Amino acid sequence: MTEQPDLRAAVAAGVVGSEESFRALLSAIVEVARSIFGAKASSILLLDEETEELVFEAVVGEGEDTLLGTRFPAGTGIAGWVLATRTPLVIEDVQNDPRFASDVAEDTGYVPKGLMAAPLLHEDGALGVLSVLDRPEQSLFSLQEMELLGLFANQAAIAVDLLLKAREAERLLGAAGGDAEVVARLATAVNALEDEQREAGFKLLDHLARTLGN
Amino acid sequence: MQSVQDVETHSWDAGKAALPAWSLPKDAVDLIALPTEWPEQVTREWALEGASGKGVRVCILDSGVDPSHPSVGGLDSAVAISIDDNDEIVAVEDTEGDVSGHGTACAGIVRRLAPEASISSVRVLGASFTGSGNVLLGGLRYAIEQDFDVINMSLSTTKKPFASVLHELADSAYFKRTVLVASAHNMPVESYPWRFSSVISVGSHEEPDPLAFFYNPSPPVEFFGRGVNVEVPWLGGRTLSVSGNSFATPHITSICALVLSKHPELTPFQLKSVLYLTANNVGGGR
Repeated sequence: MTEQPDLRAAVAAGVVGSEESFRALLSAIVEVARSIFGAKASSILLLDEETEELVFEAVVGEGEDTLLGTRFPAGTGIAGWVLATRTPLVIEDVQNDPRFASDVAEDTGYVPKGLMAAPLLHEDGALGVLSVLDRPEQSLFSLQEMELLGLFANQAAIAVDLLLKAREAERLLGAAGGDAEVVARLATAVNALEDEQREAGFKLLDHLARTLGN
Repeated sequence: MQSVQDVETHSWDAGKAALPAWSLPKDAVDLIALPTEWPEQVTREWALEGASGKGVRVCILDSGVDPSHPSVGGLDSAVAISIDDNDEIVAVEDTEGDVSGHGTACAGIVRRLAPEASISSVRVLGASFTGSGNVLLGGLRYAIEQDFDVINMSLSTTKKPFASVLHELADSAYFKRTVLVASAHNMPVESYPWRFSSVISVGSHEEPDPLAFFYNPSPPVEFFGRGVNVEVPWLGGRTLSVSGNSFATPHITSICALVLSKHPELTPFQLKSVLYLTANNVGGGR
């Protein structure tokens, strides 16, 4: 018999939504961030704790075709500082900073002149970094923008947390094998039912649960 | 290589005068006579006019500092903090410089405002991402042991398990006359050590005057320093314009260094009082 946590994860995987839907949410967040700030690009970097790398999970604007999935070490660079210190940072004219270039621009030829970055904070940890690149040159930065950046980062952190939970559920589902997969399919199927059929489906599951001893 | 010892042993230094513990007998009042002639009114002129930071040792606890940048103008010392195979915190001479540019920026602000202050770097970032909280604690512990006059801490941790240790370290610094200037968080989250009352916590204002600072009557952030569109040195000899509380912090650090260079006898409590009395929205504007 498969262990209980895996079956619960399977139910979660069946109903909480797919990785694709959370990725779409992340993309929407960076798209809105880019639009609000009038920036050329925006991205969400996620920390891979095992490899100590930052991974591009969502990119909009310059680099969106090439950066997704790209990795770089989490301990250095501007994004690394933001992540390690859990502190937002705004920088203008970073064109010739070699460490900055290695963060973002090597593969694209796109070298930003300015960057706003905020940590994605969840509970007492940092999940990643939200970056907004190249605001309009003529506009000086203000504290209101810092606050706005923080609000976007909080929203992104919640989305990233959901994405990570969905991934963990999928991973447990894969590890659990056939038994859990059946439970996930069942959860998905019942979740997709409407009205009377849905009600009947839950009654059936309730009977099944009683029969199995719960 | 230097082992970092427990700094808590220093916390009794404040009582090293020949007095019974924590009390003041009638005939011992002269022993605690203060060396400073206080003016009738503490003004910005009395506090820091003509000061250069000379004689004050400032520590930049950050990502390292690039000593070759002309706006930094060299360092008195630079160490990198790491955790060895036995989980011991060690401080070794830092030959790597700055791993992000941020520490160099902070050092540049201090050099510009307090040009004759001694600047040292204690690097707590870049060695390894995992365990960075322990490295931060170890770095702060090390810096307090070195008896710096001012420690600039433009960073914080959101990890609650570290809060109590940071609190002890902050109090330890306070009682041994090391002023800890800590950056408040830019986002509405709980982080440390800036929330502790034994440190000088710093948020940002938008004024262009680097010596303008404001007292906040609604703590936990106690002071606001210049933190928006600040020109700073960065890696590769560059100069950038940056914003964030982490850049407001070295402005207040510099002001502390200026005051201490003119009035080295001030305790952290007295220094904070002087900052209050000379803040732009208190007495400094007059």
